[in-house]
Amino acid sequence: MTFTLLIEQILNGLQFGVMLFLMASGLTLVFGVMGLINLAHGSLYMVGAFACAAVATATGSYWLGLAASLVFAALAGVLVELAIIRKLYTRGHLDQVLATFALILVFSEGTRWLFGSFPLYLNVPEILSGAVVLPGGIQYSLFRLLIIAVGFAIAGGLLALIHKTRIGIQIRAGESDREMISALGVDINKLYTIVFALGAALAGFAGALVGSIQSVQVGMGEPVLILAFVVIVIGGIGSIKGALVGSILVGVVDTLGRFLLPILFGAFMDPSSATAVGSALASMLIYMVMAGVLFFRPTGLFGLNA
Amino acid sequence: MKKLGAFLAGLSALALIGTAQAEPVKIGMITTLSGGGAGLGIDVRDGFMLAVKNSGNSDIEVVVEDDQRKPDIAVQLADKMIQSEKVDILTGIIWSNLAMAVVPATTAQGKFYLSPNAGPSALAGKGCHKNYFNVAWQNDNLHEAAGAYANDAGFEKSFIVAPNYPAGKDALTGYKRFFKGTIANEIYTQLGQKDYAAEIAQIRASGADSVFFFLPGGMGISFMKQYAGSGVDIPLVGPAFSFDQGILQAVGEAALGVKNTSQWNKDIDNAANKAFVAGFQAEYGRLPSLYASQGYDTANLIISAMGKASVSDADAFRSALEAADFDSVRGDFKFGPNHHPVQDIYVREVIKEGDVFTNKIIAKGLSNHSDAYAVDCSM
Repeated sequence: MTFTLLIEQILNGLQFGVMLFLMASGLTLVFGVMGLINLAHGSLYMVGAFACAAVATATGSYWLGLAASLVFAALAGVLVELAIIRKLYTRGHLDQVLATFALILVFSEGTRWLFGSFPLYLNVPEILSGAVVLPGGIQYSLFRLLIIAVGFAIAGGLLALIHKTRIGIQIRAGESDREMISALGVDINKLYTIVFALGAALAGFAGALVGSIQSVQVGMGEPVLILAFVVIVIGGIGSIKGALVGSILVGVVDTLGRFLLPILFGAFMDPSSATAVGSALASMLIYMVMAGVLFFRPTGLFGLNA
Repeated sequence: MKKLGAFLAGLSALALIGTAQAEPVKIGMITTLSGGGAGLGIDVRDGFMLAVKNSGNSDIEVVVEDDQRKPDIAVQLADKMIQSEKVDILTGIIWSNLAMAVVPATTAQGKFYLSPNAGPSALAGKGCHKNYFNVAWQNDNLHEAAGAYANDAGFEKSFIVAPNYPAGKDALTGYKRFFKGTIANEIYTQLGQKDYAAEIAQIRASGADSVFFFLPGGMGISFMKQYAGSGVDIPLVGPAFSFDQGILQAVGEAALGVKNTSQWNKDIDNAANKAFVAGFQAEYGRLPSLYASQGYDTANLIISAMGKASVSDADAFRSALEAADFDSVRGDFKFGPNHHPVQDIYVREVIKEGDVFTNKIIAKGLSNHSDAYAVDCSM
């Protein structure tokens, strides 16, 4: 193992982390502000990826595709919020889970109906493909580097939005006392729709970016959704800062675990069983981190309500 | 009157013998039709149904159900099909972990199972069963051919990657069985993993001269796109599963020129294959994949056996299946002693025909290849 390999893996972890943040930030806002468990968040991620792939293929422009991912995911979010989610705020978590799970099935089969069962083509545009050489002779994919930059920029923007703007104050107020803020004349329904659309747009954008380097297919959102829930539990529900720290933590721990654990076990085992034990343990690692965090801080790292 | 009655009874008994050949057969197909792996199951189903349709045989009834790629659901469906639908034959499963959950219970209940895809090693060796047939391949086969190709291509140090599940382990075992060079590193990834940056970084640092990977379906799309974007230029070798017709279009340019191994390709030169490729395109409007060819062969095998024996006479029907007296799209096809194919495996290269990415055969990897587990099988 060389130093450059380690740096490259840390960059990979960061990139994975900021992608998770785009998913987790919407999820944590919706959960924190509206008290809603939204399992269909992964479907919005898929909607973004499919919108990007379809528009990029039709127009030949990747950038239009990216814009379409934001627009279509936000539209889908608004539509779902107005038609279904709005009726769920006053219900219990079980009803919410059932209804949003049904939405997953509707979105998946609807997408299959529109686009077919085979994965769609979506690739990184020519000028962003390939690798760049970083100081220290590290070769790294240009697109992933950009994802890291864009992810941190969005994180900064969101933190500023939540902590510095009027709408951010309303969101935070809605989080701590729903009745009080509506008594003060804030249109809580409109606020909820805006928050939901914002979360949906971020998820869709993440889907489009990730779809460019992975695959655009039905069901792509659910594995990410599980990790996003892990992130918001670690970070503390409702906290954007917590979602950021949690995402980076999960991204780096998962990537480095997959890379380092087999090497670690290789020091005192034969290679093939070291690989087997190492990769089995690596896939559990983030859940062990989650359990550890919850043991010491039951509300997560930046949890608001004890 | 009594005499006439006896005569009539005798006549109807004769008539029964006469119709025994055409006794209806009910086939249960459990395959993956929704979720991430749906493309594979849909291809198997479409290939299978095309053969049934072409045969014009109205005595075949096929019940199709979706296992959602979940072992527990596959087991429930199998129980339902055997107990309430009373099917004679089960088929269709794509994934080895699902096959391991369904096949032993099915054959133990005296039903036939014909696998159009999954061929886990556990069912080819000690766990083989007289009522279990695999029409596709034993899992190791295509990987063994990839290992043999790597020797021919002069590779000496391979980096090998597969997901952590039964077929993934079979894959790396198969490659190592034939590859004579050294292994730079072997990595098991999570099943369904989509980001391979960590693995690609290790490939870059490994100093290997070749990369063997078995990442079927969406996993392969992600891997190849990321590999092409990473700037690593070590040649890739893999089995056909990451290069089938269904996913090549999603990978695009990144797959061009990659060598992969398969028991079937659309340019294999025989009449059955030409009819299959043309018929599949006419029926479904797309090129068939190797999964479709496996479904097609499975159906034709069943139809050929139905012409020879009644499915209610299990021993005769089994012998008819063993004879494999049908025109396979692969050309010569026969079963080994463990009911797994003995067949040629080809090396293909990904090319672009007009706007469509597809494969062409460039060499024969292994001839009349059986599998390493047949010796452990006693039926």
